[in-house]
Order: sequence, then structure tokens, then C-alpha cells
Amino acid sequence: MPNLAASDWLILLIYFFFVLAAGFSLKPFMTGSKEYLQAGRALPAWLCGMAMLGAGLGSQELLGMGAAGARYGLVSVGLFALGSIPAMLFAGLFLMPIYYGANLGPQALSGPGTAPVAVRSVPEYLGLRFDQKTRALNAGLFAAMALFSAGISLYAMARIFAALHFFDRIANAWNLPPTGVLLLAMALPAALVLTYVLLGGLGAAMYNQALQFCVVMAGMLPVALLGLKKIGGWSGLKAVVPAGFLDDWSGMGHAGGHPLGICAAVLVVSVGIVLGGGMWCADFRLLQTAMAAKDVESARRAPLLAAAAKVFVPLVLILPGLIAVGLPTPRTTIVIHNENGAIYHEITIVPPAEEAGQGLVPAKADAATEKPVMGADGHALLDYEMATPSMLLHFLPTGMLGLGLAALMACLMSGVAACLTAFNTVFACDMYQAFLAKGASDKQILKAGRWAAVGGMFLSLGAACAAMRFGSLLGAMVLVFAAVNAPLFATLLLGVFWKRATGHGAFAGLLAGVAGALLHHGLALPQGEQPGIHGGWIAVLHHPRSEMALDLGTAVSAFCLSLLVTAVVSACTEARPESELAGLVNPLAERPPAAAKWWKRPETLAAAILLAAIAVSLIFL
Amino acid sequence: MGQNATVHVDARIPMGMFFTMTGTILMAFGLSTRDNTAVYVKSLGIDVNLWWGLALLVFGIVLLTLGRRGQSRIESGRK
Repeated sequence: MPNLAASDWLILLIYFFFVLAAGFSLKPFMTGSKEYLQAGRALPAWLCGMAMLGAGLGSQELLGMGAAGARYGLVSVGLFALGSIPAMLFAGLFLMPIYYGANLGPQALSGPGTAPVAVRSVPEYLGLRFDQKTRALNAGLFAAMALFSAGISLYAMARIFAALHFFDRIANAWNLPPTGVLLLAMALPAALVLTYVLLGGLGAAMYNQALQFCVVMAGMLPVALLGLKKIGGWSGLKAVVPAGFLDDWSGMGHAGGHPLGICAAVLVVSVGIVLGGGMWCADFRLLQTAMAAKDVESARRAPLLAAAAKVFVPLVLILPGLIAVGLPTPRTTIVIHNENGAIYHEITIVPPAEEAGQGLVPAKADAATEKPVMGADGHALLDYEMATPSMLLHFLPTGMLGLGLAALMACLMSGVAACLTAFNTVFACDMYQAFLAKGASDKQILKAGRWAAVGGMFLSLGAACAAMRFGSLLGAMVLVFAAVNAPLFATLLLGVFWKRATGHGAFAGLLAGVAGALLHHGLALPQGEQPGIHGGWIAVLHHPRSEMALDLGTAVSAFCLSLLVTAVVSACTEARPESELAGLVNPLAERPPAAAKWWKRPETLAAAILLAAIAVSLIFL
Repeated sequence: MGQNATVHVDARIPMGMFFTMTGTILMAFGLSTRDNTAVYVKSLGIDVNLWWGLALLVFGIVLLTLGRRGQSRIESGRK
């Protein structure tokens, strides 16, 4: 139970002040929908890149990286790098010029005679490239995914705050029941995010995401370093963690040789292409940061700069999880000393869930009895998401603890803000303006965006409460991602690179992807799990070796099915004439003029980043 | 393409301000509790407040410097 001193609260409050200040200071400039929804399209590449990193480091990602380190070992670093760097480089080099719309031909929008307008969102691109029904389908699916993800992020972190007893003093003062603590822990960050998004739009969200990325690194780097020192450096780490945890890529030659049960080739394809592409090439929550850049060159550079940071960031965030399982598990101890004839018993009591855990990772605790939850094999189920927060509490003294808490709040807020701004853009452009109020003025679109933010936040809180009630919903996020993003990436790939892809194909492909994800998830059950949210709810036909294998399989099924259906249906339906596709597809896009010096070109930067990533990976082999 | 609005304040300035303030607070707290071993048992006896506070202060100053340069470029680029 942490005791927060005045200096901790001071740092937290200063952080909240800066976060709100971004909103207040940008409010006077929110004169139109472009300023609010797209930050005026005026931001420099470095800011877009940092905001992209911050947006991609939400509470689920931060907690998930620590959990992956605790559960799967050092291979997680390679996996996270594989699932982000190639996709980000691909997005920067090939996709951003299309999304940013620098080369839209004059016929692109509503016909000859209208000024070319760059797209404001991914669904709007789909509307231009394919047709309005594809746009509507994607807008609906994306909106649902964004709000659900925000809700899950809110609940995931609230659960941690409640488990660490941060709000206990306030809760006791106000006589709140346990659910009240959770609601407070969800409502407070939600209120902050809603405030600055309503005031300053995407600009405020991005300024804060850049700050939040720095705060997360500032809070987590000391934890990683202190943890390494405590455990005795790299050799100390090797001595205490389970075998195989420190082997980055070895043992991946065949499926049986690794705890994940997946062979390297399949892993590269599924993680690198499907998961990475689904997130960094197709997810509008992340792409919107690059689409707010001031010109197409900055828009291309933003994902590249973010990728450069991603070479090192996963290590800092995964290492604490890895170290957590290697540290000694706390035990209830009784120390007896004899002083001047009197016998003193010094008792340190450790809750049963922590004692049943491994290292600093506690077991999952039953909410009512606080006893550890047992799995099917008689061992306690470990609460891996608690790895990072436990490490933070364990190593940061008063003073730094405030910064550590700010880091936790920061990642939560940046993820939720990304969901909210993406939702309000998609609602305002692809639902309100596209279908509900076709002749809406710019001021009306701006108002629609703001109301969407308010409504979206309440819906997210609803999703968070649902997750509170049905804890298993946390696991549903993976399925939602596989159903929405993987097919979208397949559709976008075909749309950008294949002139022959048609609207009917894209629409059918998106639907097929959702079906594919649901089918795979419903028919496969990992070993040792019960049918339900973990899979196998239709029938059990297949036994992947681990939960991660199931998740990857679901995403890959969705991607492949979507790719296939889009291709087949496109081949059977009439394609649009090339004149209408100018600027919307890669083969017909104007090549941006190559920079005079070869080292200034984005291709060079991308190659350098790729080499650096491979080098870092080889160090750990 | 339409004219893009210019950005109004270089983002590195508020970021720099935050880290300068936080770094200073941590350093001050670190200096005042330097001899208090109970506080630093967790961090293996190292006065992390002092050292990390210093690191953040330097980082904040670097950001502010970069930000001021960027800001003057923004302001000179305005009509």
C-alpha cells in the first residue's frame, strides 16, 4: 500500500495542470472543423511521430508489455519490434502519401469543378477509393472498436489503481464501496481527457500524447535500471528467470521448441504483417497523428521517426516484467529479536494473492475473499498485468513515485484520447456529414465533432462498466482487433496497390474478415482453457498451443479471408476507370520529388532504422 | 491544396517547462532527504530523486532550448 507524500501529489498535480493547459491554450484557435479534427494540418514531423508513439502506448500496451515480459520472456521484445517497425516503415514510405492525399486528382471528390480536398479519415479514403457503403461499414466497425478499446483501457488501469489501493484514503473519506473506487478511477482520467479534447481537439490530444510519451519513459526507465541493478545485471537475470526466457529467437525453428508453440516463419508473417499492419498501417487512431502533419514529406517522416524510437522503447517497457518474475516472492515473515530482555516480534504480512504469485507478479485475487484464484492445473493463476505496476511501487521511493503514477495516468490518457479524437472525426465526417446531414456547414461539423466526443466518452465509460461487471471482456479486445483491423488492412493493401479492387470487393472483404475472426475464435480452444471468452464457443475443432497462438490465428484468418474475398469479388465486378483513381492508388500516384541528397530521403532513413532493429535483435541472440 | 494554418506554439516549450519543473522538484526533494536512509531503501540506497531529477532538469532545458529556436522560426515565418 503506497503512502503518497506531498511531493508525489505535487508532481501529479503539475502533470494534470499541463495536460489541461494544452486544451485551454488551444481553445481560441478552434475556429473550424479542420483545426479541431485535424489540428489544422500544421504539425511538424517530430511532433506527429512522438504523438504516434504516445497514442500507441496506451494502458493496454504498457501493462501488456510488462505482462508479456513476465509471461513469455525476452522474445516479447523481438515480437513487439516485429509487430511495429516493419509496418511503420511501410506506412511511412508507401501509404502516407496516399492517405495524406497530396496527389489527389481533380476528379477525385464530387466531380469536375470542385477544389480537391484531402481525406480526413480512413473511412473517407475508403469512400473515395471504393464506395460509400464500404465507407459506412468501416466507419461503424471502427467507431465501435475505438469506443470499446477506450472503455477497456479505462477499466484495465482502474483495476490496477484499485488493486494498489491508491484511492483508498479518498474512498474512506467519502465512504465509497469497492465499485465506487473503480468508478472514481475510471471517471477521473475520463473527465480529464474529455476536457482537453473538447477544448483543443486533435491538437491538444497530440501535444499531450507527445508529453505523455516522454513522461512514460521518464517514469519507467528508472524502474528498469533499478530492477536490473537489484537482480544483479544481465547475468543475475539469467540465473533466476525460467529457462528459455532469455532466448530471444532461439528455439523458434519449429513449433514444439518454444513456449508459444509457433514456428518462426508463421510468427514473422502473422505478427509482422497482420498484427503490425493492422495496427500501424490501418488503425486510424494512430494514422490520424501523421495525417495532421504540415505537408506530405512530414507525414511520411512521422512514422519513420516513431519507428526509430521503437527500436529501443519495447526493451525499456518489457524488462521490468521480465525482472519481476525473477525477484524473490514476498512472504509473510516474523522476525523475532531480543532487546534488553524484552522479546519483539516484527511481523510483515503479505496478502495471500501476492504470496501465491511468482516474484513480484501476484496471483489473481478473488474480489470478495482476496484469496488467490486457482487454475485448472492446481497452480494459482498469475495476474501478469500487475507486473509493471508492482515493479513501479517496489522500486520508486517517495518523490519519484509521483512521477511513476503520472506515467501510469499518462499512458491511460494518451490511449483514450486517441480513441476519442478518432471517434469524433469519424463520426463528424463519415457519419454526420456523409449520411446524416449532407449539406452541413463547417461550424455544424465542428459541433457534431464535439458532441461526438461527449457521447463517445459516455459510451466508453459504459463499456468500461460492462468490463467491470464481466471481467472476461478484457480478453475480447483481441477478438475485436482481429475482426476490425486485420480485414481493414487487407482491404487497404488491395485498395492502394491493385487498381482492379472494387467497392463490392472491399465491402464483401470487410464482412468476410469479421466472419473469419469470429469463426476461428469460436472453433479453436487453447490447451488448458474452458470454452467461452477464451475460444471454442461454437465447437472445439482445433487446439492451438497457447493463448497467443489462438489470438494470432484469429487475426491471420480474418486477414487471409478478407484478402481472398476482396480479390475474388473484385475480379467479378466492374472496376472503376483509371482516370477516377488518380492519386488514390500507389501505381497512379505522382512520385514525390526525390530529395537532392541521398541521405535526406525517407528510404535511406527507413533502411537505417531497419538495420538498427536487426542489430539490436542480434545482440540478444 | 488549401493553405494550412500555422502551428501556434512549439510543443517543446510546454514539454520543456514540465520537465524543468518536475526535475527541480525532484532534485530539491532529493537534496532535502539525502541523509534519510529510510526513504531510499526501495531504490537500493541510491538517491534517485536527486539523480533522476537532475537528468530530467537537463532534458527539460534541452527541450526548452530547441523549443525557443522552433518558436522564433514559427514567428518569423508568420505574415
